[in-house]
Amino acid sequence: MTLDVAALRDEFPMLSRRVGGKPIHYLDSANSSHKPNCVIDAMSTFMREAYSPIGRSSYALASEASDAYEGARSKVAAFINAYSPCEVVFTKNATESLNLAAQSWGRANLDKGDAIVLTHMEHHANIVPWQMLAKEKGFEIRWVPLTPDFQLDLSSLDQLLRGAKAISFTSMSNVLGTINPTRELCEAAHAAGAIAIVDGCQSVPHMTTDVRAMGADMLAFSSHKMCGPTGVGVLWAREALLAAMPPFLGGGGMISEVRLDDFTCAELPNKFEAGTPPIVEVIGLGAAVDFLNRVGMTEIRRHEIEMTNYAYRALTTRYGDAITIHGPTNPELRGATFSFAFRDVHPHDVSQVLDQHNVYIRAGHHCAKPLMRLIGANATARASMYLYSNESDVDALVDALDDVSTIF
Amino acid sequence: MSNLEDLYREVILDHYRSPRNKGELPPPATCTEGANPLCGDEIKIFLDVADGVVRDVRFSGHGCSISQASASMMTTIVKGKPLADVRAVAKRFKQLMTIEENDGTTPTDIRLGDIEALQGVVKYPVRIKCAVLGWNTLLEGLDSTST
Repeated sequence: MTLDVAALRDEFPMLSRRVGGKPIHYLDSANSSHKPNCVIDAMSTFMREAYSPIGRSSYALASEASDAYEGARSKVAAFINAYSPCEVVFTKNATESLNLAAQSWGRANLDKGDAIVLTHMEHHANIVPWQMLAKEKGFEIRWVPLTPDFQLDLSSLDQLLRGAKAISFTSMSNVLGTINPTRELCEAAHAAGAIAIVDGCQSVPHMTTDVRAMGADMLAFSSHKMCGPTGVGVLWAREALLAAMPPFLGGGGMISEVRLDDFTCAELPNKFEAGTPPIVEVIGLGAAVDFLNRVGMTEIRRHEIEMTNYAYRALTTRYGDAITIHGPTNPELRGATFSFAFRDVHPHDVSQVLDQHNVYIRAGHHCAKPLMRLIGANATARASMYLYSNESDVDALVDALDDVSTIF
Repeated sequence: MSNLEDLYREVILDHYRSPRNKGELPPPATCTEGANPLCGDEIKIFLDVADGVVRDVRFSGHGCSISQASASMMTTIVKGKPLADVRAVAKRFKQLMTIEENDGTTPTDIRLGDIEALQGVVKYPVRIKCAVLGWNTLLEGLDSTST
């Protein structure tokens, strides 16, 4: 079954926004997605009718709110096929999730003489937290290189993993769209005695996620890229791993006992949720998960493959050699995220001209400077799509690029 | 596309397509690097200063049309000027870009010439940092040569 995109678009109020009297074409969903009415309403209704602090108060509304919050946790756990809701930790965003992994698991497990493996296509959020810790602890960071067609070069993976304690990698590149062989990487890590940490920011919103099938040990992703609100991210990790990890942030909610000379931690997942959590946002994320389940992750992926085909054909047919699309050409191997160079026009100038046509793309280094160096660009223009993207968005992009040619 | 014509004036595109004073200067000229971490633009300003005068100036690096054109126009106006005049022009330019207030110390009769064409940038606040990248790097270079 294909998606009824027109009907879906009606559920996203921002998509009917007009600027300068004309419709907008939002092609920046890899950055952040728009929100459907059901998410906006769930948050607004909760604040109007059911708001209460959670966890610590005994009145009826508090336990109702706690149930709603924990209900959202269960929804997220089921969405990624976690073994148990207690493996789902709510954070501020995926960046904090990866910092949690580094500062808690990494700090306890990595020392001088140890090594971890990252890849050349990581977002800064999966590089800098490890570099910060490595500066302090003196462990080695090894890098999986890329092949000329923008895949991970796995030919030396076993060698890189030898003696390493973890590999942390993205399941889908936010610049190239490349979908990585997550299961193969997790298996290789385990064979080498390392754990596998997956940055799922770009894949979780767009395709079925099954942490058991992929064999991951940790998975980080953010709500705001998957139709949920900003302000909440997720770190999923195997229960045994979380149980053995020291706490990350200290404070209320994460303790079971505090004395003047010591404290003990709360049970999972509270151990990793210090302070009042983003209650409203978590409720919103729960509603986003319901929405994505209703639409169907398989259908979303299929739609995005179709849109990838459509965009690839439209851009290359019109512009041929004038446009260079970075990333794999096979739509099965990539998400609907296109980084491109248009003639020799600087990406900021491209995006400025496109803005004039209400075509919204991202220009810059996409928080992946090591990868940009490999591509040989300081910046790229990036158009990225989601379940609500349609042919009209792509057509608007293709047409607006004509104007870039006219000016430059 | 009237708005864009305000931003991408012909004189700006001309400096972008045919940048003036693009290149490097050998030591003892100083080299100062500037970068725009948000967009990845990078610039180097080479300065040959003697007897309180900018005898020669070059720029290299890569960036968008606004940052490149602004740097190119900057080199043409500061070349051969006494340091005090260069600083005054820089200050005047930053006022034009609305990132510095006129505190009354800058003569208002300073002529910016072609650079005035960059005024259209002000309507696009995220591009202001592109326009001033070269200028800030120049000022940093002047500070390091005069100490």
